[in-house]
Amino acid sequence: MKAAVLVFPGINRERDMARTLRLISGREPAIVWHADTELPAGTDLVVIPGGFSYGDYLRCGAIAARSPIMGAVRAYAAKGGLVLGVCNGFQILCEAKLLPGVLMRNENLRFICRDVYLRVERSDTPFTRGYNAGQVVRVPVAHGEGNYIADGETIARLEGEGRVLFRYSSPDGMIDPNWNHNGAINAIAGILNERGNVLGMMPHPENHVETAIGPTDGRGLFAGLAEALERAA
Amino acid sequence: MIPNDVRITPELVAEHGLKPDEYDRILKLIGREPSLTELGIFSAMWNEHCSYKSSKVHLRTLPTKGPWVIQGPGENAGVIDIGDGLACVFKMESHNHPSYIEPYQGAATGVGGILRDVFTMGARPIACLNALSFGGPSHPKTRHLVSGVVAGIGGYGNSFGVPTVGGSVRFHSRYDGNCLVNAMAVGIARNDQIFYAAASGVGMPIVYLGSKTGRDGIHGASMASAEFDEDSEGKRPTVQVGDPFSEKLLLEACLEIMQKGCVIAIQDMGAAGLTCSAVEMGAKGDLGVTLDLDRVPCREEGMSAYEMMLSESQERMLMVLKPEKEKEAESIFRKWGLDFAVVGETTPSKRFIVRHGGDVMADLPIKELGDQAPEYKRPFVSAAKPAVVDAESVPAPVDTVEALERLLAAPDLCSKRWVWEQYDHVILGNTVQRPGGDAAVVRIEEGPKGLALTTDVTPRYCEADPFEGGKQAVAECWRNLTAVGAKPLAITDNLNFGNPERPEIMGQFVGCIRGIAEACKMLDFPVVSGNVSLYNETNGRAILPTPSIGGVGLIEDFAKSATLALKRAGETIILVGETTGWLGQSMYLRELCGQEEGAPPPVDLTEERENGDFVRALILDGTATAAHDLSDGGLLVALAEMAMASGIGARLDAAPSDIPAHAHWFGEDQARYLVTVPADKTADVLARARAVNVPVWAIGRTGGDTLTLAGERPILVTILRERFESWLPAYMAGEL
Amino acid sequence: MKARVTVTLKSGILDPQGKAIEGALRSLGLVGVSSVRQGKVFDIEIDGGDRANAETLLKQAADKLLANTVIENYKVDVLG
Repeated sequence: MKAAVLVFPGINRERDMARTLRLISGREPAIVWHADTELPAGTDLVVIPGGFSYGDYLRCGAIAARSPIMGAVRAYAAKGGLVLGVCNGFQILCEAKLLPGVLMRNENLRFICRDVYLRVERSDTPFTRGYNAGQVVRVPVAHGEGNYIADGETIARLEGEGRVLFRYSSPDGMIDPNWNHNGAINAIAGILNERGNVLGMMPHPENHVETAIGPTDGRGLFAGLAEALERAA
Repeated sequence: MIPNDVRITPELVAEHGLKPDEYDRILKLIGREPSLTELGIFSAMWNEHCSYKSSKVHLRTLPTKGPWVIQGPGENAGVIDIGDGLACVFKMESHNHPSYIEPYQGAATGVGGILRDVFTMGARPIACLNALSFGGPSHPKTRHLVSGVVAGIGGYGNSFGVPTVGGSVRFHSRYDGNCLVNAMAVGIARNDQIFYAAASGVGMPIVYLGSKTGRDGIHGASMASAEFDEDSEGKRPTVQVGDPFSEKLLLEACLEIMQKGCVIAIQDMGAAGLTCSAVEMGAKGDLGVTLDLDRVPCREEGMSAYEMMLSESQERMLMVLKPEKEKEAESIFRKWGLDFAVVGETTPSKRFIVRHGGDVMADLPIKELGDQAPEYKRPFVSAAKPAVVDAESVPAPVDTVEALERLLAAPDLCSKRWVWEQYDHVILGNTVQRPGGDAAVVRIEEGPKGLALTTDVTPRYCEADPFEGGKQAVAECWRNLTAVGAKPLAITDNLNFGNPERPEIMGQFVGCIRGIAEACKMLDFPVVSGNVSLYNETNGRAILPTPSIGGVGLIEDFAKSATLALKRAGETIILVGETTGWLGQSMYLRELCGQEEGAPPPVDLTEERENGDFVRALILDGTATAAHDLSDGGLLVALAEMAMASGIGARLDAAPSDIPAHAHWFGEDQARYLVTVPADKTADVLARARAVNVPVWAIGRTGGDTLTLAGERPILVTILRERFESWLPAYMAGEL
Repeated sequence: MKARVTVTLKSGILDPQGKAIEGALRSLGLVGVSSVRQGKVFDIEIDGGDRANAETLLKQAADKLLANTVIENYKVDVLG
């Protein structure tokens, strides 16, 4: 795995992400500044971590999505390169139109930090091969704007094409409004692009990878990616 | 000749918060009338918030030294050695008056200010905590304040990128007109790379860093030193607006220039902005400072010298720079999109000179601005100690289980999840113990060490008996840290009181300080930083005396830290510490009987130490599977908290018959803990305790899904949880 | 030249902030407000005096940045 973690002014979870990537892949990821125009040669995973890039000014991720580095990310994704956007990273991918839809304010209008349960909908993607389809994993969320919205047509396509990878669920995998903390349509927590190489998700799997700290359900995502990239190499 | 168009009248002096005799002191000191700018400078340096004039004389009596103390009070924050070449930098500060006026920004800028105090010393912030006091739930402003303050703390901390891992929230009608927002920040630095404020070297450039200066908060420090009255609603313009995004950039830029060796001295611009920081840097270094305000980056047009000196625009620092590093430092700041301007230099003259538009607007003796600030030994009276409440005289209006349900739903005892779920408490990936326990535990870098962090105080105890209350605040912090297995190292104090010009308030202050000092001494738990907030009164009605204590402890292996949740069925529950059934000033007496009376439970510091050391040993050698210290609501509330955290119930033996049952279950005797141990270790643990003279009793067993006291009806843990979790969300939704 | 770009939510997009504001107005005793939707106003100064150019420029600004056209509409007013 040769990962590149993008940093925009105001991103604040790059250390969490870098540590997790290092722990699981054994390699230190490159940290790439938003003003650069190139990704490091040989990058096989681009990660856009969480935070409040540009202070969430205008709209979450709006200004970051228009940064110089995003041109390189677009080209890389067009060639099939893997991209993972977490929280603010998901918002940036939507603003950059690498993913459809938009993340709006949580239904209860408050920031929420708590552990949630996610049902993994498919295990046949590089991002979820570390899980079983239907498996329920526990990861934290920490966001004020995670309410996924898209028009009816887009939602129908996402569902029809099996591009919803994660949904907020009860601990035993039932979709239930009581377990959807932000009101996202269809309890959508993470989606793939058409080609299947770009994933955006609101929860933070990178914060649940160490036994000493808490649950380790987040490992599966990164371990699966590491394996997929090793096979491809 | 300093140009000055404004006549200095007695009214103008009073508006600046200076008393006539304080003004006379100024005249004597400088030998002439001050200019308006100079008057502003004095009013900033000599107000209560910056000069501690009413409290200094008493603060000097606090223990501030210890083998692990690197820097005590007097700098931006306190510094303690935590081994492995690392230091912990921490402090708590108040932002009470602004939060009452504009809750979101008041609280947000309070967090911003305390974070700067920590990173200005070279420490990367790793955690925040806060202690909040609000008015009674039925007061019309309370919901609005809670909502705004919590959103503001979360809004700033979450965006800046530091986890808010702990704190406390209380409600009482004595805070109706004066909420309290005490924010604590904790950072880690290399112990040989701590940066201080004292300037050194003559002719060194003084550099302004960060955001541009505007008209925010002019006279904010003076507002902090004044009581509220009906006109306070109109004071809105003096509240500063914070930008956590800028502060995040400022953090990264500052740490970078520090790492690159550019910094001689650095200070954040907080209360009274440029004035306080520039004067202190010079005075501490025995140097003069000359400032050229033409060079100060402004975001408003036509700001006067007065305005620039007093502005409290946020996210700014002042630094003395190594001259050869100027280009490098500037390029780092430009990279992060921040302002960098050389605005002055150090001089040998020991004068504080401010220039603007070619004129000298102020020329004052720099050391005397601080040293000659008034220092008051205000008169004080101590209230008579209240009588001890005899438990036999306290009625039990409802049965034990009903009393427990009511207490768990009481505003001060109920779950504060509604609050802390608005704080990102997992960012940085180091939170070992999240909010809801006795103390937060955060891993230090890659471990194995961890820091335990807590804030605490029991204001009703301080009101009843300031000395015992002051002791208790420190003792309870010490206990909270011990209960997670940490060795308590040091504290920061945030002393919130009413008007010190009233002898009875001064008496509370003096009494609390005496109690705090006693406890710090006996527990080897020194004060390394702190803050005083006075004049928390509205129309002559003062807050409860609230000396918030923020405690830091060290645990050598964070994997050994204890949590309060019951872990498995079939374990023995052991009560450590004596129970006399103390109901005076208890939550039971207040919530069930409607009385706020009596002497508070006395604190025996020797017992605290012995009982605590015993519990810590049990935790660290793996014998204790769960641990919790007892406080508000006493034994039964503590046990319920342990059960609710896991869903595992407990069966308890009958209360001893020598005191009334409700006194046993809900009395608030101090120096006590509950621990659980595997059944087969019970005898051994009891013997170990007796060998060190620590009183212990096996009082029951874990297991089942109910809390069952012998002779009382059982109650499902799920029902207790429902009572515990419902009150605050329902209240904030306006359903109550 | 002064101009104003107003950005509003497309109808049908849920606006919980607008709803919260409606509730707050009601609880302040202001009856008769049946609906509130929250939007944004950008006051912009354009160099030069060509109206048509200004409008084109602002439409581009709105399309590319000021509005998220997935969920928002915009209106451009060149005020002269």
